[in-house]
Amino acid sequence: MSVLFDTPGPKAVRRHRILGVITVLVLAAIAVAVVLKLAAEDQFTSDKWEPFVTPSIINILLEGLRNTVLAAVIAIAISIVAGLVFGVGKLSNHRAVRWPAWLVVEFFRAVPLLMLIYFIFSVWSENIGSLWSLIIGLALYNGSVLAEVFRAGINAVPKGQAEAAYSLGMRKTQVVTIVQLPQATRIMLPAIISQCIVALKDTSLGFTILAPGLTYAGREIWNTFHNKFATALVLMAIYIVLNCLLSLLASFAERRLSSSEGAATVEIVGGQVLTKA
Amino acid sequence: MDALTENFDAILSGFWLTLRLLVVSGVGALIIGTLFAALRMSPVPIMRWAAKTYVVVFRNTPLLVLIILTYYGLPEINIRFSFFTMVSMAMMIYTATFVSEALRSGVNAIPVGQAEAARSIGMPFGLTMTQVVLPQAFRAVVPPMASVFIALTKNTSLAAGFGIAEATFRLKGLLNDYATERITIFVGIAIGYIIIVEVISFGAARLERRWRVS
Repeated sequence: MSVLFDTPGPKAVRRHRILGVITVLVLAAIAVAVVLKLAAEDQFTSDKWEPFVTPSIINILLEGLRNTVLAAVIAIAISIVAGLVFGVGKLSNHRAVRWPAWLVVEFFRAVPLLMLIYFIFSVWSENIGSLWSLIIGLALYNGSVLAEVFRAGINAVPKGQAEAAYSLGMRKTQVVTIVQLPQATRIMLPAIISQCIVALKDTSLGFTILAPGLTYAGREIWNTFHNKFATALVLMAIYIVLNCLLSLLASFAERRLSSSEGAATVEIVGGQVLTKA
Repeated sequence: MDALTENFDAILSGFWLTLRLLVVSGVGALIIGTLFAALRMSPVPIMRWAAKTYVVVFRNTPLLVLIILTYYGLPEINIRFSFFTMVSMAMMIYTATFVSEALRSGVNAIPVGQAEAARSIGMPFGLTMTQVVLPQAFRAVVPPMASVFIALTKNTSLAAGFGIAEATFRLKGLLNDYATERITIFVGIAIGYIIIVEVISFGAARLERRWRVS
């Protein structure tokens, strides 16, 4: 049942079936056209695809994948800590804490990640190398996004919880750490996992500063075998599988943790945090 | 400040390209995204399935890899466009998935009772859509759609890695040329991006207010 249409009657069922057949035909036509085009351009020859079943090349990809996952994991770990610090900082009672936290979070959220990476790379690359330039860039950007998530998550905890805690005589620190954060975690976890997907995708930006990683490994392969199209498709496939696994984890967390019907949710779209009550 | 004042024209022309990328891929993404959102919510299962596959595939691919596919991959199979077209094509395909998801969540946010009520007082499908469902859907869609375009603004910077002289490309050049003024350059160009982002969120806030139910 959808808001857009009624349960179909016999006539509509027939119409839908015809539309379904037409869709299948159109999709098949597109598929055939793509396959014919690729065949005409010699894309199905073994020299384009053989590298991806050759153990030494698979090792290059795995090595790249290892670096990519490593960069993503370190960046996420740093950004969760940074996000917690700045997110709570934005909720502080003290202006001297709140305003700097606000400035840092808003600035790094509004700046394109690639720009940040170029900047860090140009200033510190001699000392820290390209991989760490990427990791620090990712950590700063995702940290500021997660700060917003933490703030929104804490704010999404029903107000009565904090009021009850205050009336028991708890101090603000206790209220935040004992009462609000544990409940906020349930609300935020799906958003945090989906931000992990974003971070994993963004590790591909390391390509532009030649940081080791999956996309860079792809470059090594296509420079040798001149199979850019095939390599791009293989890279796509690897990223899609990885991200789908993470998405499954996110929806599992959502199902397990969603406390009650109608509880608030926090969602991230392109670094912007949207709270739904 | 010399780095910024001496190269003001170059930076400005960089942002002009950034804006062109944003508008071209934004409009393209809106059109493709709306199409796929319609397919995604159609009563025909195979259409829903096709649209869902599109979203899953291109949403989970990094934009950079998509650009590699269009920028390096397409010429290999003798499909050639200008660099600008190939890069914005990737951005369109990528952003369209987010547009489609935003539209879908907007329509899904409307209670089924609204359409049922409209139909039960005798409104035909067209009126139900234009008078009841879509006005509410647009309102629900504004905040996520603004986020999608803000993300696109930031994503246009990826074109810098592919020889398109937009703002981030200029930043990269200036960072090399003026080693002593890197922070000024960084903050200066960042402010340019922040202005674009703020204009989008300001526009979204205006729209939201105008369409609010009083």
